[in-house]
Amino acid sequence: MSDQMQQMKEVYETTESDSSVLNDPEVAHLVIHQNKVLGLHKVPGLEIDVTELDDGVELNIRLADGTIVKKPVHLCFGIIPETGVQRIKMDVKIGKNAKISLLSHCTFPNAVDIQHIMDAEIVVGENSEYNYFERHIHGTKGGIKVVPTAKVTLEKGAKFITEFELLKGRVGEIYIDYQITGKEDSVMEMTSRISGTGDDFIQIKESGFLVGERARGVLTSKIAAREKAQAEVYNTLRATAPFTRGHVDCHEIVKDEAIAKAIPIVDVQDPRAHVTHEAAIGSVDNKQLETLMSRGMDEDEAVELIINGLLS
Amino acid sequence: MGLLTIKNLSLSLNGNKILDELSVDFWEGHIHAVVGPNGAGKSTFAYTIMGLSGYRDFQGDILFAGKSIKNLPIDQRARLGITLGWQEPARYEGLKVRDFIKAAGRFNGEENGVVEEALHKMGLEPLLYANRAVDKTLSGGERKKIEMASILAMRPKLVLLDEPDSGIDVSALKNIFAALTYLKAMGSTVILITHSLEVLKQADHAFLLCAGKIFDKGPVSRIQHYFEDKCLICDHKNVPEEFPVEVKG
Repeated sequence: MSDQMQQMKEVYETTESDSSVLNDPEVAHLVIHQNKVLGLHKVPGLEIDVTELDDGVELNIRLADGTIVKKPVHLCFGIIPETGVQRIKMDVKIGKNAKISLLSHCTFPNAVDIQHIMDAEIVVGENSEYNYFERHIHGTKGGIKVVPTAKVTLEKGAKFITEFELLKGRVGEIYIDYQITGKEDSVMEMTSRISGTGDDFIQIKESGFLVGERARGVLTSKIAAREKAQAEVYNTLRATAPFTRGHVDCHEIVKDEAIAKAIPIVDVQDPRAHVTHEAAIGSVDNKQLETLMSRGMDEDEAVELIINGLLS
Repeated sequence: MGLLTIKNLSLSLNGNKILDELSVDFWEGHIHAVVGPNGAGKSTFAYTIMGLSGYRDFQGDILFAGKSIKNLPIDQRARLGITLGWQEPARYEGLKVRDFIKAAGRFNGEENGVVEEALHKMGLEPLLYANRAVDKTLSGGERKKIEMASILAMRPKLVLLDEPDSGIDVSALKNIFAALTYLKAMGSTVILITHSLEVLKQADHAFLLCAGKIFDKGPVSRIQHYFEDKCLICDHKNVPEEFPVEVKG
């Protein structure tokens, strides 16, 4: 096995994933360490072009019309050393009547002074589906700043489902900024699950614009903030077309000296649209806690179980 | 002396005396019912025994197996074998039924198969329920049965069940009553907090609570009659000093 392949597998396995999937010829993958491409495998209908930059990579992903990628594409980004910058410019275009799922792992296990910046432009073609699951695994020192931004356009009948998860290790600082525009009959679903501790700082800005008739959207944020962590969630859902439907949901649990705020904006500009929101911020619910304690769990165990459930 | 002995228990909430020098013994291995009208102090009585927050500042004592548990927090009382089923069970966003029940089963060191067994006993198919969340997607009856499954998994020595028939249909009620049979068979002592005659009839022995005092006690038939004839038509439900009938000791 080449050194590069070995390094690629080591990076991949820091994501707690089975690297054997990278040997499957039907599974497209891309493994990038800092600004170096360690592995790239494509499948028919899917084009992935990568250009190495000084501080990251530029990615162009194209999925041809009518292509259904059967097995999820595995993306792995990371920096193993303690310091560094990784900037990822992504340009994604999904053709018509196509479908793809991507599992993206971002791993920074030793971060002391790292920046991970992603800037994406995504267009999902008519009647296509784009599923994107991004999991971050960080080290314990909190020396990392993560800035994922994305502008997404959903064409008629397109479906965009994304989940962002940062539950392992310290968050450091994270600034998520996603803006999605949904045309006629499109569906957007965005979910963020983040667990902050120490002096972590979490800021989520998700905006959904339901501009086409019958477009639908759900923005969900689930945050646990402990110790001196701070979390801010600004979710906006704007409905400007008839028969659009949407929901904004934010649930934050705070513990110790943590601070959390949620500012949902529901903006309805057509009387035939319907958008709702729900926000709950506070400590662990007393009845939940006392129920588990009445089954023999101590308080800390019960709190962890409740938080893990919320973030699951 | 019973498994649970309450001595001169008095508790006030917001300046109102809810439990008033209440003394009572609950014998081990029996199903007891505590009945009484709304506001009699039944739920407060259960919460105080469990040691819930807001119900810890009381006069008198609570003895479990002969030892005071007055100063023990909830989890330590639970580790002695005491547990509580709520009138309206908690909902947990995202927490799986499997993990909820397993947490209770851990009390016995029994984790293998405990979830499936407990769900089966409550008439719930594990394949359909174990991976669902204990949240608002479950009906009230389903949550009630899942809570009872967690109690069965714990195999407690003493179970306090607050209004076990609340919010459930006839079919679910049969499952709840079956669970009482399981609990009794495993040697648990059960205290049913209820104002339902149907639930009262499941008990071996009953107590009538009014204005925070034990007003009468005895076999179910006696308390049932008393409850039907007096409490349901009584205008003085929570003022025993003015109760217009003879008080039986």
